[in-house]
Amino acid sequence: MAPMNIELTEEQRQVRDLCRSFADEELRPNAKRWDEEHHFPREAVAKLGELGLMGVSVPGEWGGSGMDAVSYAIAMEEISRGCAGTSVIMSVNNSLYSDPVLKYGTDEQKEEFLRPFAAGQKLGCFALTEPMSGSDAAEMQTTAVARGDDYVLAGSKNFITNGPQADVVLVFAMTDKPKGHKGISAFLVPTTTKGLTRGKGDDKLGIRASGSCTLFFEDCVIPKRYRLGKEGEGFKIAMSTLDGGRIGIAAQALGIARAGYEEALAYAKERKAFGKPIATFQAIQFMLADMATEIDAARLLIWRAATLKDKGVRYSAEAAMAKLFASEMSERVTSKAIQIHGGYGYVKEYGAERHWRDSRITQIYEGTSEIQRIVISSALLKE
Amino acid sequence: MELEPTEAQARIASLARTAAREVLAPAADEGDRTGRFPAEAIRELGRRGLLALKVPRELGGAAAGPVGYALAIMELAQADAAVAVTVAVTNMVGEIIARYGTPAQRERCCPRLASGAWLAGSFALSEPQAGSDSGAMASRADRRGECWVLRGEKAWITSGDHAGVFVVWARTEAGARTKGITAFLVEAGTPGLRVGRREKKTGIRASSTVSLTFDELELPGSAVLGEVHGGFRVAMSALDGGRSGIAAQATGTIAAALAEGTAVARAWEGSAPEAMRFALADTRTDLCAARLLTLRAAALEEAERAFTREASMAKLFASEAAQRAVDVAVRIEGWRGRLAGGSTAARLFRDAKVQTIYEGTSEIQRLVIARDLLR
Repeated sequence: MAPMNIELTEEQRQVRDLCRSFADEELRPNAKRWDEEHHFPREAVAKLGELGLMGVSVPGEWGGSGMDAVSYAIAMEEISRGCAGTSVIMSVNNSLYSDPVLKYGTDEQKEEFLRPFAAGQKLGCFALTEPMSGSDAAEMQTTAVARGDDYVLAGSKNFITNGPQADVVLVFAMTDKPKGHKGISAFLVPTTTKGLTRGKGDDKLGIRASGSCTLFFEDCVIPKRYRLGKEGEGFKIAMSTLDGGRIGIAAQALGIARAGYEEALAYAKERKAFGKPIATFQAIQFMLADMATEIDAARLLIWRAATLKDKGVRYSAEAAMAKLFASEMSERVTSKAIQIHGGYGYVKEYGAERHWRDSRITQIYEGTSEIQRIVISSALLKE
Repeated sequence: MELEPTEAQARIASLARTAAREVLAPAADEGDRTGRFPAEAIRELGRRGLLALKVPRELGGAAAGPVGYALAIMELAQADAAVAVTVAVTNMVGEIIARYGTPAQRERCCPRLASGAWLAGSFALSEPQAGSDSGAMASRADRRGECWVLRGEKAWITSGDHAGVFVVWARTEAGARTKGITAFLVEAGTPGLRVGRREKKTGIRASSTVSLTFDELELPGSAVLGEVHGGFRVAMSALDGGRSGIAAQATGTIAAALAEGTAVARAWEGSAPEAMRFALADTRTDLCAARLLTLRAAALEEAERAFTREASMAKLFASEAAQRAVDVAVRIEGWRGRLAGGSTAARLFRDAKVQTIYEGTSEIQRLVIARDLLR
């Protein structure tokens, strides 16, 4: 019998190669400009849809590609290596929007709210965070009050990635506030709905090709059939969604780190100091060795979480470990990439400073590093 | 892709876990205190088939393969890193004799190493003035008729005072650096082999470390292991596998440190402090990463593919992560108001240190990795 096997399947190799060449041809040449101009890469996103990358894990019958979680992680790594702003647009539509609609939606809901999104014709987003409640979702203020055949939503959500461009928002709101997190429900709200307005786009440190904004709900009326899952099931939907999302963000952090590492390696071979390439100096070699080692460690943690997800076993702690390690690693590695580039690492002409800025968010969204440590230690102490 | 062990691999791990719990764990703290060589534990591991894990069955070994081996070493090391390193070195000696030895050498040495009839095998490469740089070794072997005469010194030789057989590397061609080195098999008691006093060590104190002196030691031509002048390759091929072994040992140390800390956190009245829980979360994450890197290197070895870079990455990461893990364990000891002096955490703290040093320091691992990256 084969031993522990780290080989990719034929399909996984194809995904990797496809995404790698797409990143090299369509993303890397543009990433710098998109970052500077805070430009949403509408065409690249459309092409991701055509390539089947906007619904990687959604079955073909619902417009997606029907691939496994390992393939999704590989795709996220490769696309992130090309442009981290683009990859988070993809990640939100895949993990945070399509996956929960697939898992909790009725067939009728899937027809309207999944098929065109998984196919890349429409864009989804996920609205959990509020101005005064981030990690602590049970403190949310947004409410959804039942009225006849409708719900009326009131409140606001912020830092909503894809918010400025999305066609539909997956919104979490309190339907029974005294019950705390058990009083949260999930809703699918088209952004054309009256009473939903968007604030201006956030001016961000990194991942600037993606947009985020605040969403305001005021007397926003939606039919009851737009509720996803049961009343009170929203927190469960949000948490299980974030488990899968964390694999994607971990893979994003990994892809960003690889971009920094690969550019630093190439630069170290070219750049000369004291008459020889700086790659011949131990100090530079040791940085590169540490970077490559941590990159490999992160990838193994990510693949481990993804293989568990594919087997259908619980993977919350493994996803949290993958995200914690990969995101912290990404900042260290991209920082060393700047160091290897010296002054060129600090100016915008090279990609090094962008990778470092792009890496920073991965320690924050879809659960901060501190939240990951809570998830990991709670699982550990329960074992 | 499959990142979990197969059933056969899990069975070896489970055998090792049971042995670790029943035989090693109860004696580990005392072994650290007294520094007594764990002869009884070694014999018991031999009876349970856990001494020559990578040696073929027909030579008395367990034929566990590199992944099964790594899993077993993790389990043994979690209970007692000193016994684990003794087993790892014996296993490495058995493995290279099985691979490079003549039928006579194999049949003489491997079954004795596997059963515990010989308590250990020793790997005699390092010298007082040649550690990481084996090409600089000064021990020499000169032909005298059909025989070889060995002169020189070796240092930091694990289990040297209990070994039944030594693999000794010596220069057989002056000035040829790594191309003029030959490996020899030297049995204990051979005239001219002098075993020095045991070193007093910071950690892994129950394992024994000695120096060796070769004083006109005469060997028959049949003592050559592998080819004349081909010794460097023998050493390096063993070290790649050896590095996975030390990575596995360090992974076991991380697991032990995590278990110590977790026990304190679980027994904490009320909820354990967040800083403690977070330190344990980081240790748990490091443990998973170290384990995966180690098993990846072992899986590549098992598939007979190149794994030099991966073994070095595993050893570098796991041994450095072990330093962090034992630091957490000792700090948590302090948290409950105890001096860590004679505790298990203190033993782990001292045992972990050598993992960044032997079988290639962390600096050597980084050089190996970088050389591969820049190729």
